[in-house]
Order: sequence, then C-alpha cells, then structure tokens
Amino acid sequence: MDLTFLLQLLINGLVVGSIYALVATGFVIIYKSTSALNLAQGEFLMVGAYVCMQAMVGFKLPFLAAFCVTLLFTGLLGILIERVILRPLLGSPVISVIMVTLGLSGLLRSSLQLCFGTDTKPFPEILPSAPVHLGPVPITQGYLYAVAGAALLLVLLTLFFHYSRAGLALRATASNQQTALSMGISVKQMFAISWGIAAVVSAIGGILLAAIRGGVDMSLAYMGLKVLPVVILGGLDSIVGAIVGGLVIGILENISGGYLDPLVGGGIKEVVPYIVLVLILMIRPSGLFGKKRIDRV
Amino acid sequence: MSRSTDNSTSSAGPTTTVFKNDLALLGSAPARISLLLVIALTACLPLSNSSYILDVANRCGIAIVAAIGLNILTGYTGLISLGNAAFMAIGAFAAGFLATKGGLNTLYCIPLAGLITALLGMVIGIPSLRLKGLYLAMATLAAHFIVEFLVVKWESVTGGVAGLSIPAPVLAGLQLDSDRSLFYLIYGVVLLATIFAANLFRTRTGRAFIAIRDHETAAGVMGINVFQYKLAAFGLSSFYVGVAGALTACQAKIISPETFPFSLAIDSLAMIIIGGLGSVTGSILGALFLTLLPEALRLATTALSGSYPALVGNIAPLKEMIFSILIIVFLVYSPHGIVSWWRSLTARFRRDSAVQKPKRR
Amino acid sequence: MPQVPISLSCRDVFLSFGGVSALAGVSFDVLCGEIFAIIGPNGAGKSSMLNCISGLYRPQKGSIRFKETTLNDLPSHRRARLGIARSFQNIALFREMTVVDNILVGRHLHLGCGLIANGIFFGRARSEELRHRAKAEEIISFLGLTAVRSQPVGNLAYGLQKRVELARALALEPELLLLDEPMAGMTAGERDDMVRSILEANAAYGVTVVMIEHDMGIVMDISDTVCVLDFGRRIALGTPAEVQSDPHVIKAYLGEEDD
Repeated sequence: MDLTFLLQLLINGLVVGSIYALVATGFVIIYKSTSALNLAQGEFLMVGAYVCMQAMVGFKLPFLAAFCVTLLFTGLLGILIERVILRPLLGSPVISVIMVTLGLSGLLRSSLQLCFGTDTKPFPEILPSAPVHLGPVPITQGYLYAVAGAALLLVLLTLFFHYSRAGLALRATASNQQTALSMGISVKQMFAISWGIAAVVSAIGGILLAAIRGGVDMSLAYMGLKVLPVVILGGLDSIVGAIVGGLVIGILENISGGYLDPLVGGGIKEVVPYIVLVLILMIRPSGLFGKKRIDRV
Repeated sequence: MSRSTDNSTSSAGPTTTVFKNDLALLGSAPARISLLLVIALTACLPLSNSSYILDVANRCGIAIVAAIGLNILTGYTGLISLGNAAFMAIGAFAAGFLATKGGLNTLYCIPLAGLITALLGMVIGIPSLRLKGLYLAMATLAAHFIVEFLVVKWESVTGGVAGLSIPAPVLAGLQLDSDRSLFYLIYGVVLLATIFAANLFRTRTGRAFIAIRDHETAAGVMGINVFQYKLAAFGLSSFYVGVAGALTACQAKIISPETFPFSLAIDSLAMIIIGGLGSVTGSILGALFLTLLPEALRLATTALSGSYPALVGNIAPLKEMIFSILIIVFLVYSPHGIVSWWRSLTARFRRDSAVQKPKRR
Repeated sequence: MPQVPISLSCRDVFLSFGGVSALAGVSFDVLCGEIFAIIGPNGAGKSSMLNCISGLYRPQKGSIRFKETTLNDLPSHRRARLGIARSFQNIALFREMTVVDNILVGRHLHLGCGLIANGIFFGRARSEELRHRAKAEEIISFLGLTAVRSQPVGNLAYGLQKRVELARALALEPELLLLDEPMAGMTAGERDDMVRSILEANAAYGVTVVMIEHDMGIVMDISDTVCVLDFGRRIALGTPAEVQSDPHVIKAYLGEEDD
C-alpha cells in the first residue's frame, strides 16, 4: 500500500519531470548560445498548448496536423521574437536582456488571456487514458506516452546537435562566438535558430502537459517558472543537466508533496523547487553539470 | 585631434562655482521651477474631498517609495531583483505583526518593518551576491515563492490566508485613519526617501554603487569593497521596499498573501524601466505613470463599455499587455526611460543659454 | 650611492589557466620612484603579471610583496588601500558616469563618510565632499580634461578615455601605479601628452610606475629599468641599454617578426 503510493508519486514525478526537462532544455539552448536568461520559457509552453488546442478544437484539424501547425507556429514565433526583441539588445547589459524576457512573458501571457479567457479549456483527448498496470500500480497510459515522447525528443535533439550541420554550427557558436564567426558561421542566424528550437521544444512540452492534464489554463505559466530551479540544479549551460535536473525536481516535488502536504496543509509542491534553488546557490552555484567559468580580464 | 590641456582657463568661470553646481541637486532653472510646481500641486491634493483621488494619490506615493528602493538595487547597482513583492510583503506583515500582536503604535512599526526587511533581504542576498548578477534574479525569484508560502502557513504571525487587519497609526494622539491623514504620512515618507536617495547618489556611497554597476572589476581596483557595497545596496533597497510594504498595510488596513502577488514585482520593475533605470526622478515618473495608467484604462473601458462590453472583463490582461509592451519598447528603444527625454530637453535649454553668452563677447 | 628602498618585489610568480601556464616563475624588484617597464611579445604574460599584482588573478605559486606587505591573498580593494592603482589595457571606465564622477570614484578611499551620513548629507559629509571635489578638479586640470569634465566618459574619444583612466588612477594618490599599455591606439600627439603626464606624475608625486608598453622608442626613453618576458618567463632585466643589447631579447623579438 505504502509502496504503491510511493511508486505512484515517483511516476507522477517522472512524467512532470520529463516535461520540465524539455522546457529546461529549451532554456539551456538559448542560454548557451546567446547567454540570455529566458524567463518566458514557460509562456512558450503555454503558447504551444493553446495553439494546438485551437487548431484541433477551433479549426477541427486532426492531431498530427495540429501538432505540425503548432511546431511551425511556435518555431516562427521564436525566430520572430529573436529578430524583433532580442537582436536590438545584443551587447546590452545582461539585466536588460533578463528584463526584456520578463516583458515578453507578460506579453505572451496577456495575449493568450485576451484570446482565450481565463477559464480552463478542455484539451482534446489525444493520449489513451485507460490505465495499465505496472505491478500493483495503475498508470494512465497517457503518462507513459508523454514520458516516451519527451525521451524521444531529447534523443532527437542530441542527435541533431551531434550530427547535423546546423547543430554543429550551434554548438560552435555556443562554445566560442569569435571562432564560429571566423569559420563562416552566421552567429546572428544561430541566435535566431536557438530561439526557434527552444520555442518548439517547449511547445511540445506544453502539448504533452495539456494532454495529460486534459485541459489548459493560465497556471501553465507558473509551471514555466519552475524551469529556473531545474536549470540551476542541473547547471545553466548543460543540456544533460537540464534533463537530470528536470527529472530530479519533478520527482522531488511530487514525493515531498505526497508526504509533507498532509502535515502542513498543502502547497509544499510549489515551494520545494525554490528551496532547492536557494540551497544549490549556496552550495554549488554552477549546478550538477555546469562549467565553472574562468573570467579573464 | 584638438588638445584640451590649454583650454582649462576658457571654460565657464572659476572652478569652485563649477563643481558646486555639479553638487547641486537642481542644476537648471526648468528643474527648479518644475519641482516647485510639483510640490505645489501635491500640496493641493488633500484639498480634494474625493476619496478616490486621495486613494490613488496614496497608492502613487507608496509606489514611488518602492520604485526608488528597487532602483537603488537594480538601476544604480545593476543587480536585478524579482523579489520586490516578497519584500513588500515582509515589510507589511512585519509591521502588521508588531502592531497587532506586539501592540506597538503602527507609526513606529513602519521604520521597524523597514529594518526587518533590510536584515532579511541581506540574509537572502548573501549567497547570490558573490556570484554573477543573474543569480540574484534567480535567488530573489525563489525568495518570492518561499516568502509567499511562509506568509500563508505561518498563521500565528501573519494570520494566514485570512490576513491581518492593521490598526491606524497614531501621531500625537491623532488617529491617521482617513485617506487624507494617510496622505500626509505617506508623502512625508516620500519626501524623506527622495531626499535621502538624491543625496546618496551625489556622494561617495552612491558613486560606489554606480561604479559596481558599470565595471565591477575596476570598482574593486579603485578600492571599493564590492561585496560589502552590494550588500549595502541590497539592504538599503530592502529597507525602502519594506517601508513601502508597511505603508501599504496602513493604507489597505487589511493585508493578506494576495495583496502581494508576483505580478507586483514585475510592476515595480516596469516602473523603473519605463521611468528610468538609475534615476530617482525616473523612479518617481515611472511609479506615477504606471499607477495612473490602469486608472486611466479603467475610466476608458467604462466609457467604452456601451459599445464594447467585452472590454470590461479584460482590464487585467489589457493592463498586463500594455505594461509588457512598454517594458519591451523602452528597453529596446529608450533604455534610459522617460527621464532621459526630460534630460535632453533641459540639456538643450542649458546649452542654448550657454551658447548665447560667448556670442555677446 | 644611497640605498633606494624596494617598492614591489615579485618572487617566482607562477600562474596557470587550466594547465596552460601564463607565468612560469617570474621574479623582479621595483625600486621606489622608478619607472619600470615590462615588455615582451604578445602572449608573453605581461598583463597576467599586472593582474597578479593588482589582485585580479591569484598566482598559484610565488610571492608578491609591496613594501612590508605580502599581497598574495589580499583582494584588489585592499591592495588599493595600500596605495596601488592601475589602468587597464581595454578601457575599464565607468561608462555612464561623467569624467568628474569617474575621478571622484578614484577618491573613494580618501573619503570617509558612510551610507547614512551620505544620505543625510549634512556637516562632515558635505564638507568632505566639497573638499574632494576640489581635489578632483586639480587632477582634471593637471591632465587637461577641463573641457570634457561633465561629459559621460562613454561618449569620449579613445585617447581621452585613456587619459581619464590615468586621471582616475592618480586620484587614488597611489604609491605604485600600474599602467597596462597606456599609449596603445593613440595618435602621436596623444602619446606625447601621455608620456609627459606619466613623467610629471612620477616627478611631482613621486609615484612608482610599472608600465606595459609596446612602443620601444618610448620605453627606452623614459624607463629606468626594463623587464622582458617571453612565454611567461623573464628573459632579461636591466637598464634600457643593457636590455637592447641582450641576445635573448633580440632573438625573442626577431622570432616574433618571423611569424
């Protein structure tokens, strides 16, 4: 009985964690290549969920078509945002860039709210909900698909970064902009592509999350803020860190929520990731997998 | 290249008057005149019998104190904080606790709340101030959610979700419970806060803050203890914000966790970005602009509600959208905020008068 | 011949970045009041040496002493208090501040009032502020910056910015002044001005100067001692004349030209 409860929490954590991992990966891609801290990452997730819902419910598209439309839309949105908002700020102080992404998050959130209202909208059932039994634990099938989907996407991303031309160019840009420039890589183009990829990856996370929740609303954005504890834990510049950090935070918040919430009357889940963030800052600010920087003068 | 070594005698007047002018807070005639106008106008406000106007004015005053506080940290020292709402909450609940459970006169609770917030702020700031600036953004964001959680859960101090109701401050036997009496209290604080900040940034400590923002390494080489000054900036900023929180408690009379949502922190940032980062005047302009904007929006939507009834329900997202667009537009196109328009205007005025004199010679 | 006291003494200074050594055991002494030049090809470790002295880098081995104090573990703001000031190779001014304010930051250690006194600005805070502003004006006119005194330094021409950096460093009233390529990228006229300012500061205030410079003509003209670094090692040390005829130096410089 107790073990079942624990397993249930673990699985929930894994599911949420894999979505955190996706969004955090998007965050890290942007940070690595442009050293901008994107506080609007959660809103990309929300945009993905809402656009996909609108395509399916409003325009009556089948899921696969809606999915492709969403990816195209968010990818272009990411590139557009980089061109219009981020590029003029190249070379500005870091805090301007952080603050502009805060403005961006407000803009995306309020636009969605104006378009779709604040009520929770039902999300079409795209993943089968019938439970399967893993030993004694019943698991919603959709959860398994979500984890599998997230894992598949992360594998694809890894392959992309290691074998494709664009992926290699992105990595070159991330490791040294000057060298990348001298090798004929358009650094600005790479910045735009990073934003595009980050938006797409988060949007997929949003679709998966909406699918397993069965609905979309404004609270998805708060989910997005949790990407910050994730990337601090994993290390701001490490994709492996984003994945591990996502899973750890997902599992940690579910387990602590499951066991501690009855003691304090709820709310633990929301605060545990941030306590982790503060602890990591005190103990090991570069995170589990992040590089320590040597600043040369 | 023109050499300027030999120019030292030709510039305006003896050097002592020049640098005394540098030190003056209000260097130009338009600045002095407009300040007088502003003070006169503000002094007229309590003549109004409309409690709506006084309420809005009071909220403006509180926003000014909070914005100056955040600007000391973010605009002047270059450290971004997302925890402004949390620090306001700490100030408000500290004042509330001392006034209700401690039985202190709420008036004395206001500076005490500032001190408590400053101390807690520094405790939160210590781990991240040794790191790069963006870690402070992270830590203060975390602080927001942790403080929010504690405010809800620590019922014996904060009253939990039900909140606290704050007794009116008492000054010389007078209950400051009306909007008008609070106006005097709040604007008294605004005046002190403004003068203190303006003084600070024409002297040693303020210059050290700005130096850290502009070039941390060079600041250290000039003998500035960077960590100590960052901590001081964080403490002072938190003091201001805590006082603003305590004033909010006096003004709202009942405070609950919902009084200080995360969006409040964003609003404060928007104020200093739009008003002008690293400027006391900018903080004031930004706070006024962004406090009055939603009021204007509300008036406009009520006026238009006949033809567009959908507008009324959408005030909140509309407000957020306008704030966000303003944040982006200002950061991209006018990173020095509204105050820079004012400065270029007065600079032109000054240049004109300076140019005229040599012509007559 | 009277014994001149030693100002700065570096012993076997060793510094490496992730396994690549930038300084491989450099030693030298700088006498009080002299102009001491560090020269060498690019990547020889000159700036690293200066950064070790001013506290931006911590050498892994060796010791750096300034008069009676071992500097090794002191943060840079403590070294400033001992009387060490510097300028940077890539200009490191406070861009948004005016020329006056930049120089006033250099007076930081000479002013004594803290945050609260500054905020109240009454009595001592006021009088010391006025006194030190007068001092800043002296430096401004000493370096001929009067015409641009109230402009933000970010708007100034490159040569002027270099001069403001020197002014800011002098405002500290240092005993030891470290200059990292003070004349790089300047026009001939600006170079002459800079040389004159350095010589005047050295003569008028008795400042010891440690300077990295590429212009051999200037180095040979104004320095009392020249130290040549190559690949993180000291390959020569002596008077300009001695160094110029040193075979190692000739080899290092000819070798560089071959690249």
